Amino acid sequence: MGLPMFDAASDPGPSFTSLLQASGLDALPGGDLAGTVPHATTVVALRYADGVVMAGDRRATAGHTIAHRSMEKVFPADRFSAVAIAGSAGMAMEMVRLFQVQLEHYEKVEGVTLSLEGKANQLAQMVRSHLPLAMQGFVVIPLFCGYDLTRKTGRIFGYDATGGHYEESDFQTNGSGGPDARTTIKLGYRDGLSRDDALELAVLALYEAADADSGTGGPDIIRGIYPIVSTVTAEGYVQLESNEVADRFSAVIERRRELTGDAGGSLR
Amino acid sequence: MTMPFYAPPEQVMKDRAEYAQKGIARGRSLVACLYEGGVLLVAQNPSKTLHKISEIYDRIAFAGVGKYNEYDQLRVAGVRHADTKGFAYSREDVDARSLANLYAQYLGNVFTHEMKPLEVEILVAELGGGARPTQLFHVAYEGTITDEDRFAVLGGDAESILETFTGLYVDGWTLGEAIAATTKALAGPDRTLGADQLECAILSDGPSRRTFRRLDDDELSELLAD
Repeated sequence: MGLPMFDAASDPGPSFTSLLQASGLDALPGGDLAGTVPHATTVVALRYADGVVMAGDRRATAGHTIAHRSMEKVFPADRFSAVAIAGSAGMAMEMVRLFQVQLEHYEKVEGVTLSLEGKANQLAQMVRSHLPLAMQGFVVIPLFCGYDLTRKTGRIFGYDATGGHYEESDFQTNGSGGPDARTTIKLGYRDGLSRDDALELAVLALYEAADADSGTGGPDIIRGIYPIVSTVTAEGYVQLESNEVADRFSAVIERRRELTGDAGGSLR
Repeated sequence: MTMPFYAPPEQVMKDRAEYAQKGIARGRSLVACLYEGGVLLVAQNPSKTLHKISEIYDRIAFAGVGKYNEYDQLRVAGVRHADTKGFAYSREDVDARSLANLYAQYLGNVFTHEMKPLEVEILVAELGGGARPTQLFHVAYEGTITDEDRFAVLGGDAESILETFTGLYVDGWTLGEAIAATTKALAGPDRTLGADQLECAILSDGPSRRTFRRLDDDELSELLAD
């Protein structure tokens, strides 16, 4: 690997993906394994008073088998943003890795960070360039959120397989358990939720999704594996300790046990 | 018939070296040293946007003196090299030694083959961790590479600054002590340097995997006042 020097006309600028292309490295390689790759999932993001909460389950499936019980689907994209993935696991992880390097690379080369909108657009381009593989069955759909330091608010961006991205006003979910989670959040959402209430709602949404969707893992009390829950605020990305997540799930379970029956009764 | 122009290689190299040295001497100097918490880099630089010191990777910093456009190009190449390597292999496989070698090769090549040598001197600093020690690689305009394990001085007045700084250096000193000494050495005997004339950054372990951090004017003034 030599020192990557380019002449002015072929200089890739601050884009890491362009740099990889110029260096002859294909960032997102293809293959023919359609149908055997693990997917399904539930990831959620919702806005609250201080920023955004993002959470995702830990299960990866291959057909009807549980392929992996402790997959992480929520990642810090950089200090003030987070990305969650649903879809073809291998490709999705690679996309996240590339996205993380892309943001850091831009920051180092240019000396300033991209705007939140700029980051969302970058991710959209990655999803779009992945479209040929998505057509073969390797769909990757991210969910992006972050704290906008200029607007002083949390923002959420949803995507589709073609790279279309849409800013959501308050919340968004993704994955096979997404609809169940979305309904749960929709019923419990209020403007300006406190951190505590927002976390409780995110946990409840994942619980409901796991309850109804076989592709979504619930809290694994026996193994001590709990969904990843993170917040992004003016202080940056913080992933909650597993203990705190465990306590929140225990509270939900306890309430269900008291109420007995199939449904949880009141939402809160 | 005209005689082909001949210049002995000794003369050519000497001229080029002189040219590069003159260019570097026009710029201001820079000191890097170890302190109890990691690596400190201090440059005399009144600009707040055109940096002499910057981040290359998680534990690697870059510093350059001489012609800005030339060392900045090297900085960007370094970031590209490190990010590509870390992406292709793993983050821990990115090391300062291999990057410093690449810089040395490049500078050496330009010095021998191009009309004009690069008028720069650069430093690649790596914060130790795991099995790797903290190291400072100093690469000169003609590709000479030296590794330092305590401190390095780059730039025009390197000799006199080095002399002063060698007398001041203490192993395992605090950040405040290190900044005071580097500032004193950079300023020389006849003047003092304020925070607004300095660019200062550290490589230091913290909660983040990225260890590079700039010290802003307020923080620097406070440290200088202590």
